[in-house]
Amino acid sequence: MSPKKYFKVYKKFLHTSLASELEYQTNILIDLITAILSLIGSIFLLSIFYQNNASIGGWKFEQALIIQGIYTILNGITNTWFNPNLTEIVKHIREGTLDFVLLKPIDSQFFISLKKINPSGFLEIMLGLCLLSFCIRINQININLSFLTLCLITIICSICILYSLWFFISTTTIWFVKTWNATEVLRSFLYIGRFPLNSFSFSLRIFFSVFIPIAFITTIPSEVFLGLTELWKISLEVIVAIVFLFASRKFWLYALKFYSSASS
Amino acid sequence: MISKLINRKIFTLLKVQYSNMMEYRVEIALWAISGIIPFFMLNIWTNNNLNESINITNVMLSRYFLCAFFVRQFSVVWVVFSFEEDALMGRVSPYLIQPLNPFFRYFAQHLAEQITRFPFAIILSFFFFIFNPESIWIPNLGILLLSTISTFLSFLIQFLIQSIIACLCFWTEKASSIERLLFIPTLFLSGLLAPVVSFPEYVKSWVYLTPFPYLIDFPANLLSGNDTNISRGFSMQILWIFLLFPIFRKIWSEGTKKYTAMGS
Repeated sequence: MSPKKYFKVYKKFLHTSLASELEYQTNILIDLITAILSLIGSIFLLSIFYQNNASIGGWKFEQALIIQGIYTILNGITNTWFNPNLTEIVKHIREGTLDFVLLKPIDSQFFISLKKINPSGFLEIMLGLCLLSFCIRINQININLSFLTLCLITIICSICILYSLWFFISTTTIWFVKTWNATEVLRSFLYIGRFPLNSFSFSLRIFFSVFIPIAFITTIPSEVFLGLTELWKISLEVIVAIVFLFASRKFWLYALKFYSSASS
Repeated sequence: MISKLINRKIFTLLKVQYSNMMEYRVEIALWAISGIIPFFMLNIWTNNNLNESINITNVMLSRYFLCAFFVRQFSVVWVVFSFEEDALMGRVSPYLIQPLNPFFRYFAQHLAEQITRFPFAIILSFFFFIFNPESIWIPNLGILLLSTISTFLSFLIQFLIQSIIACLCFWTEKASSIERLLFIPTLFLSGLLAPVVSFPEYVKSWVYLTPFPYLIDFPANLLSGNDTNISRGFSMQILWIFLLFPIFRKIWSEGTKKYTAMGS
């Protein structure tokens, strides 16, 4: 199928899932309050850390707020697209409905990753953007074109890495049907993306940059914001993102060979 | 006669739920792993010497976070999510006909899960001690007993709060978003991420009146041997249980009157 057709199909996805989500309007309001409270909570936690310290891991409070902003945006993206869709994979596999997805004349990864959308995540993305623009003001960052493109590139790479991680974990359920909550483990690991990588001990730093590249997801984009990063870090992130995307695609196709439908 | 009957019911329920939970061992292990956030927090605290300002030594702080991990493991409640699913699927109707409040079923489910979870929590703390050998300690029997009781009371408080929210399912279909909202103060104020002693004065002045510090901070301090007000802790826990229980009774009886089975 041509890209145009995919675009058309995606528009239909958007329409149906928005229609079904907007059925629960009070829910969206509650989710908004939840997102605001959770941001206040994590800034509160950060302020406890900075109570008697001027800097943690070389990051000042105002600088660490940038990480919070980027984390909030990425978390919003996770809640809007990754979480509702990729937890669905597990359900598809357990109930055998993955058959219907595979039979459709459309790429299965596309269908599974973008079928649903949860509009309450948008609010979180907005909150994150507000915090980021506030940070740009208090850190006195000059905005120019090259700065913006670099930010955009690193954030897009972060999104790709994040997506691949979620997709990887969800795909493993093809073998281990019962581990539907493996994504919760990932979620709790991602939680440390709220803090600068340098504030952790050396061994954890290695762990979070090699095995689960959380370091790349929030720290490098924040460094770009502050103009602290070197070019090799950015290019490394681009490479990591490409490798992750490519590997998750291959892994999905490989895993499908082992899919044997329910009750067989 | 009646008490014997109740005993037998509870025993049977527990046995059924325990064998049910044993089926999902991997899942429970993953849940246990997803609770290791306190360890990451400990890493930030000790790696940046943040604990010097609150006069807690490294060893005591690491014990505190280990205990916070333990208390959290044995006071996790998910009754809202179970009840919401059962209500949406229409499974609540047959439960209501039985001469047993369905919440006993969920209660037994949670207890059985805790028993299954116990070995995994022990294994994780074993790993913790390998990395932090200096923090090994053996609490005396009295403390162990008291902290077990306070952990159970903390579990009861959370179970009651969530059951009250779960009963809202009789009015609205998605009560779990309210639970997610309430989880935010629980996360930040209970002492899971930072001990309550470290909170700034303007929070400390009112936080001890809320149920949150008694969910994790109080039992964890008790077990780890940090300073805590034992009589206030227990009396507040019991007070909150006495406050919440009548609310649950009221909302349950109102809700079951309101309940209309599927398709009516």
